[in-house]
Amino acid sequence: MDLFATIFVDGLIYAAWLFIVSVGLTLVFGVLNILNIAHGSLYAIGAYTSASMVGAYFGVGGDAFPWGSYVALIAAAILVALVMGPLLERGLLRFFYGRDEVLNVLVTYAVFLILEDAMKLIWGVNPYYVYEPYTLLGDVELGSLFYVGYDFAVIAIAIVVGLAVWMSLNRTRTGKVVLAVIHDPEMSRTMGVNVPRIYLGAFVAGAFLAALGGAVTAPMISVQPGLGVNVIIVAFAVVIIGGLGSIPGAAIGALMVGISRAASVHLLPEAELFIIYFVMAIVLMFRPEGLFAKTQARKI
Amino acid sequence: MLGMNHLLAVAGTFAVMAAGAVILPDWAMFLIVMALAKGLVCLGIVGMMRGGLVSFGQGLYYCAGAYTATLFANSFGITDIFLLCIVSAVVCLAIGGLFGPLLAGYRGIFFAMLSLALSMVLYGSLSKLSVIGGTDGLNIAAPTFLGWEPEGRALQSGLYLFVSALVVAAGAVMWRYFHSEQGLIALAARDNELRVEYLGASVRKAMTLNYVFGAVLGGLGGTIAALALGHVDPEFAFWTTSGEFVFVAILAGYLSVPAVFVAAIILELVRSFSNLYFPNTWQLALGVFLLAVIVALPGGLGSLVDRRRKREGAQ
Amino acid sequence: MSQAILDVRDVQKRFGAVTAAQDITVQVPAGAVYSLIGTNGAGKTTFVNMVTGYLKPNSGSISFLGRDITGLSPRKITQLGIHRSFQIAQLCNDLTVEENMLVATTIHGSRSPSLLRPAHSAEARDKVLETLERFGIADHRNRLIPELSGGVKKLLDIAMAMAGDTRIMLLDEPTSGVAADEKFPIMDLVIDALKAEGVTIIFVEHDMDIVTRYSERVLAFYDGRIIANDAPDEVLTDPDVQKYVTGVTA
Repeated sequence: MDLFATIFVDGLIYAAWLFIVSVGLTLVFGVLNILNIAHGSLYAIGAYTSASMVGAYFGVGGDAFPWGSYVALIAAAILVALVMGPLLERGLLRFFYGRDEVLNVLVTYAVFLILEDAMKLIWGVNPYYVYEPYTLLGDVELGSLFYVGYDFAVIAIAIVVGLAVWMSLNRTRTGKVVLAVIHDPEMSRTMGVNVPRIYLGAFVAGAFLAALGGAVTAPMISVQPGLGVNVIIVAFAVVIIGGLGSIPGAAIGALMVGISRAASVHLLPEAELFIIYFVMAIVLMFRPEGLFAKTQARKI
Repeated sequence: MLGMNHLLAVAGTFAVMAAGAVILPDWAMFLIVMALAKGLVCLGIVGMMRGGLVSFGQGLYYCAGAYTATLFANSFGITDIFLLCIVSAVVCLAIGGLFGPLLAGYRGIFFAMLSLALSMVLYGSLSKLSVIGGTDGLNIAAPTFLGWEPEGRALQSGLYLFVSALVVAAGAVMWRYFHSEQGLIALAARDNELRVEYLGASVRKAMTLNYVFGAVLGGLGGTIAALALGHVDPEFAFWTTSGEFVFVAILAGYLSVPAVFVAAIILELVRSFSNLYFPNTWQLALGVFLLAVIVALPGGLGSLVDRRRKREGAQ
Repeated sequence: MSQAILDVRDVQKRFGAVTAAQDITVQVPAGAVYSLIGTNGAGKTTFVNMVTGYLKPNSGSISFLGRDITGLSPRKITQLGIHRSFQIAQLCNDLTVEENMLVATTIHGSRSPSLLRPAHSAEARDKVLETLERFGIADHRNRLIPELSGGVKKLLDIAMAMAGDTRIMLLDEPTSGVAADEKFPIMDLVIDALKAEGVTIIFVEHDMDIVTRYSERVLAFYDGRIIANDAPDEVLTDPDVQKYVTGVTA
């Protein structure tokens, strides 16, 4: 029984992290119709920036009030979103709207390659460690098992992110406009919606979510080159499983991948990476467009 | 099935390439062997591109071919390059024959991502399989050629000549296929599947065939690369490896077969040049290069020699 | 009346809550020329799509020469000799007019296309040129599709559909998107060519002049049903048809 409980809790924690990094990816795809490989880079930049900012915070005497490091984490994500979002969307992606989806994947792949090296130029190749925020929340005892409190904070953040995205799409006027744009960009344009602004807003929001994922992960790991690669690969699996552009899909996909990976880690460690794609392949066999994808018939 | 002109072109191309075995320095010969090996993989992607699909996971076959040759060589002590290529090709044909019909129902990013997922499954599995080296990979002995066991420069030249011959042969076969009836159907399906189905041809069959050709070419490329490097590791299946293959395919475009190998050589040259002068910004250079190609040369290098597309581009 | 080449019985098609076709029953005799009329959304294109396999009926059956073809794929149905053209011409935009036609003749020419035989052989190209000349679009053979006028696109679309051994041809609005003065010449050309080969013709049309001039029988659609099935004069003077379809008040 303990084993199942462990798998469930581990799976939930991993799913929470997956959801944070995937929801932005699916949002950007839903609005811009671009599957953004550079999402992984934004995650990595978020991790680096938060490591730098948290490090700087403690460097200027933050020890007196360590909780302030959480503010530094969030601020790092906001900073990355506000700098990188407009830079990429206005500076590059907007020239590729309406082009072939696969071509656009390649455009973001190019961005990913460029940012990988740019990060090495800025932050070097040595790892950064900022463990303080990770230990601040102490340990949590669940039955006979001990967990780091920070892990549960990640679950809480994932829930807040999910609710915030859902509420802002379904309960605000702007959100409803965004949903309209996702549904039919041409129609929205003729209805007088400022589509470019919606695109920019969605991309900045997506960038924020990617950077947030990196920022909250930074204290849990050593921040070093190659971070973005693995993230984008699993995030892709999650959003493909859930259906591209679907927020609930990202949540279900994250849970499925999270739980299966946790099960694999405990039961069959060799299959850890295998299992993610296995789940994805199985889902696509039965639902070729993912679980929650909008299907559309072509008019002839 | 090739006309006289084509046979002359094939023979001439091989003669020019073969001269390289004499005049090229060792480093250049190795660079070209690797470029041509990867070019074979990319030729498979170009074939799929003619049907409108781009595989982001061609590392699957590159890696499967490399490991097949290595395991076969190490288990049975066989070093003959012809035999190793045949075994790899057959194994990849079987894998491609299994996945091809399944993947042929997917389009666009779904096809791209599913093929990527399959290659990552292989990458993940190989990394964890410590019996065959895990992430460290395996070594493979130098190849022999039908009993000939060269060493040093002769080995390099032998491998170079073998790859050149393989590339010319594969290029001719694929060229014939691209311009065949079935090849035309694939090209039409890229444009308008509905039209093709409503003429009574199977789009799925066209996509499956392209995929299987890609699998075999990928396996051959992987085998050559393994023999040239003397080593294989799971990175052969990693998605950034596949990403470079896609890059070459985009640079080449789908209009010309020789352009694929020219593009592959350009990439290897840029890589060694970057490694020499900008060791830390190789990916940056590659990214900028890729963006430049997408913006400035959307039809790829092939569009520079294809008369009709050039006219189209001029308008 | 000879034996029905196409026999549609009690066919229904629903999209969610919307019924796009119901109680569709019609027998088309071989060699006949039928036209389908009705307002947009009345069920004409749904009918064409069901007969050619793009849509699968929820119930009912469709038979071709006594063989049940309900729910077969477009490819299988095409291979039987039921061909169609499209409301929006379905062409390969990256290929030239000649190559488009070559695709059609290649596919229709062999059930199992060769992986070796060149598609662009002189023989194949001669055949294509002949067809293009017959349709009066040979001058455009080296042009790409986006450069063509609506009429030429439409003709090419129909010519491609006719490249094979056609038994029934369904033309979905053959004259939509065609300049007014080109409509009759196009219809003359197409209908004559099809009739010469004894092909059964079913065409969807909004222009009643074309309907009366070319069709032997008219099916009037309204709200997913066939409300009239008779000779053009009879149908066009039918009060229901005038009320719901043509909008002509007697």
